[in-house]
Amino acid sequence: MKFKFLVPLLLSGAYSFGQNFGPNITGNSETNFQYLNTDTLIGAIQPSEKSTLNSYTNVNYTLKGFRAGVRIESYLPHTLGYPNRFSGTGLGSRYVGYTNKMIDVTVGNFYEQFGSGMIFRSYEARSLGVDNALDGLKVRFNPVPGAEIKAVYGRSRFSFDNGNVINSDGIIRGIDGTIDFSSFYNLLADSKFKLSIGGSFVSKNQKAFHALYNMPENVGSYGGRFDAKYKRFYISGEHVIKEQDPSNDNGYIFNYGHGTYVSAGYSQKGLGIVLSAKSIDNMSFRSDPNALLTDLNINFLPALTKAHTYNLAATLYPYATQPQGEIAFQGDIFYKIKKKTPLGGKYGTTINVNFAIAFAPNRNLGQVDSLQRVMYQTGVFDMSDSLFHRDFNIEIKKKINKKMKIGVKYFNFMFNNDINIVTKEAHGYIESHIGVVDFTYKFNRKHSLRAEVQGLFTKQDRGNWSTVQLEYNVSPSWFVSILDQYNYGHSDPNRRIHYLTASAGYLFGSSRFIVTYGKQREGIFCVGGICRPVPATNGLTLTFTSSF
Amino acid sequence: MKKLVAVLSIAIVSLIAFQSVTKDEVKEGKKLPTIHLKDMDGNSIVTSEIKNDGNPIVISFWATWCKPCKLELNTIAEEYDDWIEETGVKLVAVSVDDARTTKMVQPVANASGWDYDVWLDVNGDFKRAMGVNFVPHTFLLDGNGNIVWSHNNFVPGDEEELYEEILKLSKK
Repeated sequence: MKFKFLVPLLLSGAYSFGQNFGPNITGNSETNFQYLNTDTLIGAIQPSEKSTLNSYTNVNYTLKGFRAGVRIESYLPHTLGYPNRFSGTGLGSRYVGYTNKMIDVTVGNFYEQFGSGMIFRSYEARSLGVDNALDGLKVRFNPVPGAEIKAVYGRSRFSFDNGNVINSDGIIRGIDGTIDFSSFYNLLADSKFKLSIGGSFVSKNQKAFHALYNMPENVGSYGGRFDAKYKRFYISGEHVIKEQDPSNDNGYIFNYGHGTYVSAGYSQKGLGIVLSAKSIDNMSFRSDPNALLTDLNINFLPALTKAHTYNLAATLYPYATQPQGEIAFQGDIFYKIKKKTPLGGKYGTTINVNFAIAFAPNRNLGQVDSLQRVMYQTGVFDMSDSLFHRDFNIEIKKKINKKMKIGVKYFNFMFNNDINIVTKEAHGYIESHIGVVDFTYKFNRKHSLRAEVQGLFTKQDRGNWSTVQLEYNVSPSWFVSILDQYNYGHSDPNRRIHYLTASAGYLFGSSRFIVTYGKQREGIFCVGGICRPVPATNGLTLTFTSSF
Repeated sequence: MKKLVAVLSIAIVSLIAFQSVTKDEVKEGKKLPTIHLKDMDGNSIVTSEIKNDGNPIVISFWATWCKPCKLELNTIAEEYDDWIEETGVKLVAVSVDDARTTKMVQPVANASGWDYDVWLDVNGDFKRAMGVNFVPHTFLLDGNGNIVWSHNNFVPGDEEELYEEILKLSKK
């Protein structure tokens, strides 16, 4: 097989350079094991295998400029909530690469991003089961300081079927260039003004078939961006256009798509302000036009909302970006009231205010050309007054004394369940208010307790919820925690369920072992704006992670 | 496929075995990989080129959405001046925020009053090369750039364990 040459190459490399430089081996490993019970009250099912296992290990080898690595994955079967594209044991990723001051080449599986990812992003989010690694060639070239050219060519990972990676039929190729004027011929080297500009071109090739329409074999997209900074201010923007790309996502229309993103801000010691705006229309871009959900995405369209971490704010009504189109705005203020002032207290107080809102784009149906399958007309930031989502939240944190810290947060959500279906028990807009108090008490050098109380108040859907969590930590090796999520406000008294879980963990070196037992609610699990529905579970989970 | 896995496993095991055989002769330990990133101010960084005049370096992976990460960096910030004075240590906070939240990094870091170098690892290249599973994950490098300690969690009190490790290095 092709990899036979790797073995002697690696070994000989180790032998010749072992004396002074030594090969570097790094990697990480993660294993999740579930033993599940049936629980009809919450809708949890025990799979026929009774237990599930997800495991993977990455090993990376570097020696001077040379590198190589593999990932071996195992799903026997995959854990509940993981997408169905993972089964069996086998090689999930392999690559070989070389880097020096001017050039960097990788052959095999790789991840890469152009600009903010709106035109191209191949990445992994293993806890969600997202992996669209490209299998092919990546080159990064720095011809002169301040200039960078990246090129990618490959097929994207679709699934891991019985231990074998299955890649897309479609081929993706792209090229991206950036010029940073601070170091490019030192044009702005002495200036307080920093500017960099970039441009990308990405194209996919696939001989797709459709009974009614001539599917374009090559679909291109192109974009430009800039990033400017001056002292404490910054402004950056990116605009991407996608050519005709009829797909399942857009109903097989021949409209062009656009994505525009602008952000500006100010920051200094004690204060930070960020304002962002986004206009997206028909920007779902996949290597297979029939693909669904999180499969085969070529680009990345993150939600322009705050990444919430508290259980009731993050898992009941989370907003996921609408790839077919949305116009969104977000503003953030981070402020630290100085210490030793009446409002700030002895240590200072931090405040964060966030506001995010998203609307449906305005689609002008008067300009339809149905012969050409151009089904509507819209423009950049051309928005309708149909609300997709509104999120206002405020967070205040204060250290009271050497032993106590407290945080108080308030959230107000207006969630459009017709667009983003998270619950079958309500229709239309769901408004909720959430309050959180997060308190930490430090007993002594090593022992501390964290207590969290949350309440979600709504007159719709399943009514009010509460969450209480207690976490006892012994630095640096142990923790024990208990969490109860209680739907006390459900209109049906039989559905006022306690979702109780207990966990304990042990840390040693850079390894972690965690045991969790209890009931987990059916819901949405999100990491960075990409969400996946997870079913209810009742049982035991063991997690082991390690880095080496 | 099974044969390939076997061949690769043998290769990897023998490499690891070989490394432990020559450990005494090899003065250099595990070093930072070479990854190209930008820092918070827009400057280009090559991760393997970081230097601190022979003093220890702490590399702490964090994200604006990670509460224990911010707790760790805020806790260390309270003592950072003393740490620098006593050991010359330098802390680099590597943000793994992706395009969704990377614009928040500079406002959060500045509003919190941190004096750290902040790097932006937007697509997880440095995180992947360092074998990081989750954040927070903190590494300690000695004066020669060897990675000597790492920890994958943060609870109040962990900063003292980190400082004990830094003190061990600065006494050598």
